[in-house]
Amino acid sequence: MKTRHPQRSEGSRTTRTRSCFVALLLSMTSASAFAQSTIPNNPGVKAAIAIRNATIHPVTSAPIANGTIVFANGVITAIGTNVPVPANATVIDGTGLSVYPGMIDSGSNVGLIEVDSVAGTVDTTELGDFNPNAQAAVAVNPHSELVPVTRVNGVTHVVSTPEGGIISGQSALIQLSGWTPPQMVVKAPAAMHIRFPRLRSAPLVDVPQDEEAEKERSKTYTRQLDRLRDTFRDAQAYAKAASARVQRVDRDLLLEALVPVVEGRVPVVMHANLAREIRAALAVADEFKLQVILSGAQDVARVVDEVKKRNIPVILGPILSLPSREDDPYDLRFTNAKTLHDAGIRFAIQTADAHNTRNLPYQAASCAAFGLPKEEALKAVTLYPAQIWGVADRLGSLETGKQANVIVTDGDPLEIRTNVHRVFIAGEEIDMDSRHTLLYKKFSNRPK
Amino acid sequence: MSTPHANPRHPERSERSRPAQSPRIPRCFVALLLGTIATGALAEDLLIRNATVLTITNGTLPNASVLVRNGKIAAVGANVTAPASARVIDATGKFVSPGIIDTHSHTAVEGSVNEVSLPNTGMVRIADALTNEDISAYRQLAGGTTMALVLHGSANAIGGQSQIVKWKWGRPISEWLVTGAPRTIKFALGENPKSANFRPPEGQARQYPATRMGVEEVIRKSFVDARDYLARWDEYEAKRKRNEAAIPPRRDLLMETMADILRGNIDVHAHSYRADEIVMLLNLADELGFKIRELQHVLEGYKVAPEIAAHGAGAGTFIDWWGYKAEAYDAIPYNVALMVRNGVLTSVNSDSDELARHLNHDMAKAMKYGGLTEDEALRLGTINAAKQLRLDNRLGSIEVGKDADLVIWTAHPLSTYARVDTTMIEGEIYFDRAEDLARREDMRREKEERLKKESK
Repeated sequence: MKTRHPQRSEGSRTTRTRSCFVALLLSMTSASAFAQSTIPNNPGVKAAIAIRNATIHPVTSAPIANGTIVFANGVITAIGTNVPVPANATVIDGTGLSVYPGMIDSGSNVGLIEVDSVAGTVDTTELGDFNPNAQAAVAVNPHSELVPVTRVNGVTHVVSTPEGGIISGQSALIQLSGWTPPQMVVKAPAAMHIRFPRLRSAPLVDVPQDEEAEKERSKTYTRQLDRLRDTFRDAQAYAKAASARVQRVDRDLLLEALVPVVEGRVPVVMHANLAREIRAALAVADEFKLQVILSGAQDVARVVDEVKKRNIPVILGPILSLPSREDDPYDLRFTNAKTLHDAGIRFAIQTADAHNTRNLPYQAASCAAFGLPKEEALKAVTLYPAQIWGVADRLGSLETGKQANVIVTDGDPLEIRTNVHRVFIAGEEIDMDSRHTLLYKKFSNRPK
Repeated sequence: MSTPHANPRHPERSERSRPAQSPRIPRCFVALLLGTIATGALAEDLLIRNATVLTITNGTLPNASVLVRNGKIAAVGANVTAPASARVIDATGKFVSPGIIDTHSHTAVEGSVNEVSLPNTGMVRIADALTNEDISAYRQLAGGTTMALVLHGSANAIGGQSQIVKWKWGRPISEWLVTGAPRTIKFALGENPKSANFRPPEGQARQYPATRMGVEEVIRKSFVDARDYLARWDEYEAKRKRNEAAIPPRRDLLMETMADILRGNIDVHAHSYRADEIVMLLNLADELGFKIRELQHVLEGYKVAPEIAAHGAGAGTFIDWWGYKAEAYDAIPYNVALMVRNGVLTSVNSDSDELARHLNHDMAKAMKYGGLTEDEALRLGTINAAKQLRLDNRLGSIEVGKDADLVIWTAHPLSTYARVDTTMIEGEIYFDRAEDLARREDMRREKEERLKKESK
């Protein structure tokens, strides 16, 4: 079963999958009508800006009441209660407003998809099971309507992630501004993504009923796992042969893509939800000494010790999704963040969505409704992803010297009722329109 | 199996590919463990006190109490007295709302939600395929949702008759059905009934219709046929009255259904997306002499809100899902606000086992997108939904005499930090978080034992 749709891979992937239609989606529509946003990507101006009299939430330190933040040339130059405002700076009065760092979705398909049912607009999922050389960074569409829709709610960065197969490909950490894919890319590859083979396609089946089918599944699982391990061994051998320089080696782009992975320079995101899959994924990571990040991980509470021991970060989500077993606690998805926080395991949150990646903050808030401290929920969509993705020197908090990814709100961005008033990405002020605001304006003015 | 572009997340996941129950631990086991906590408490009064009460129809009352007697709300306000025998829930710092009403659900349907085989399958009834063992009902209680309109899928232009239920988890299915509720039927327009995104099973031809023109024709012909059917009966009755020899027309259950729509005995809930098809259906209904009670999904309702209001149709929608198919590409989260501002009776609903457990989020989004007031937002999942189901005399607000379907929240339900502590239906507690937590260890142990027994 494959999917390009994230919820499937992360959430519903493990939920019930029988189709009442024995039916396949057709791609019958042309893609040409989609994905040509008329909204400016970014102005190309990194002006000197000072936001004054606002409550500033640096995330790495306590909130600053009546604070000022100054940035210029895309970088934060000053932050505090008593900082000088440069003469050339445009001053924004932040009275009654709050300032936060832009939020980061650690797993999204923004950039790779426009309309799910229109195949021509979907670039998430390559054919076949092994696509380590598939790169999100070359396929993100800067003019997707999803880009403005997402960023105007304060989500300024996403890890745009390939789907499908076993080795899905390489994700890219992108900013949601830029006129070309390279202008959007902050880090690529962000990681190699593995949809860890599943022993059973239907995790609800706790008591096997059809022994033959079970045997067949078990065989498929073993075969997939063997192929995955073979591929890593091949990559190790390829790396060794290439670095030995004894003789010229014909290039193999597939193995070449895995060299930085087996050398531990590029992390592997293991997408695994059930406890046994997580354990198997960790075993493979151990065997090949991979730098691993766990993703999905709905059963993570059952393997806390194993995760903690290895000091592995976890990408949780989608939080707003159903537990896969009928007798799982109803709040399983909501409580994992608190469990990880209590255990001292680093985590971030993903929507595993595209069109509603804008709802990232509410997924984080749902963790806070079930015991995670609110400040931690905010960090799980700002500072922690920056740390996990290795970009905390630039992103994830408001600190002098960091990139000016700044959002101005009228309250806590994790509350739905809060509105985002301004967005700056890498110091550039972003147009607050989206396909949705433009249609809203058009039809607000419809004559009756 | 789905191709890479089947979207399991979008609303019709539940309609198109709702899975059967796989073999597994007997469901009765789970039902048993998560069973209702209600223990015949009906006889005693229940007092929820010191709460912020969101009455919906009479504003928000701080430090107020709600008295429940015989499953109904007996008193609301600051100065409520209860007999000494009354059970008391101290809700200091908490919020009480009416149970959320979801006007678009496929929960508790056993097997497929679509009787796909004909363009019009209006004769079938979802009530015949309901189960009381769908765990989703319990999960929705845990999100504050107490009842729903359970509908067929959208594979056919006319899909079948729907059922209004309360999530009385642990009770027989017969008790879930809301008595005295209006009969309802599901219509569907656009990509689904014209099978735009689905390939027929191998060896089978594509089913009519394949265009929006065909969808209109299916509905038109159904009503034209129903008029003829009624005329045949009228002629027969007339002859009988004149004591002439008369052979009764053959009874046709589909035609009976269509006739009941024309008589106003069945409310139409119509799955719709695009503005053109919405206008088509409203005009067709006006022309053929029936009413559209509620447009479902109605993602482009904002484009034709004046027309919807003029017909008197309601609108039930999820607030921010978009782009999962071509006809959802113009969906905007401001849809609800624009429809409300145009005088359309609007609700938020789920079409999803998942969204159904946080419909409070969708209500809050109507404030964010388009600036509804807090009161307007709260009505979307309560009194407005009750009105669409014609049950607002019994449900949808905290008023004396109404059913005591109540939710106690840890924070204002329009906050993303809110959590449900207690959910009751007609005064009986069907979800209680403290009880749920306390039972988990018992459940784990009992499951282990049963699995051990099973493997012997």
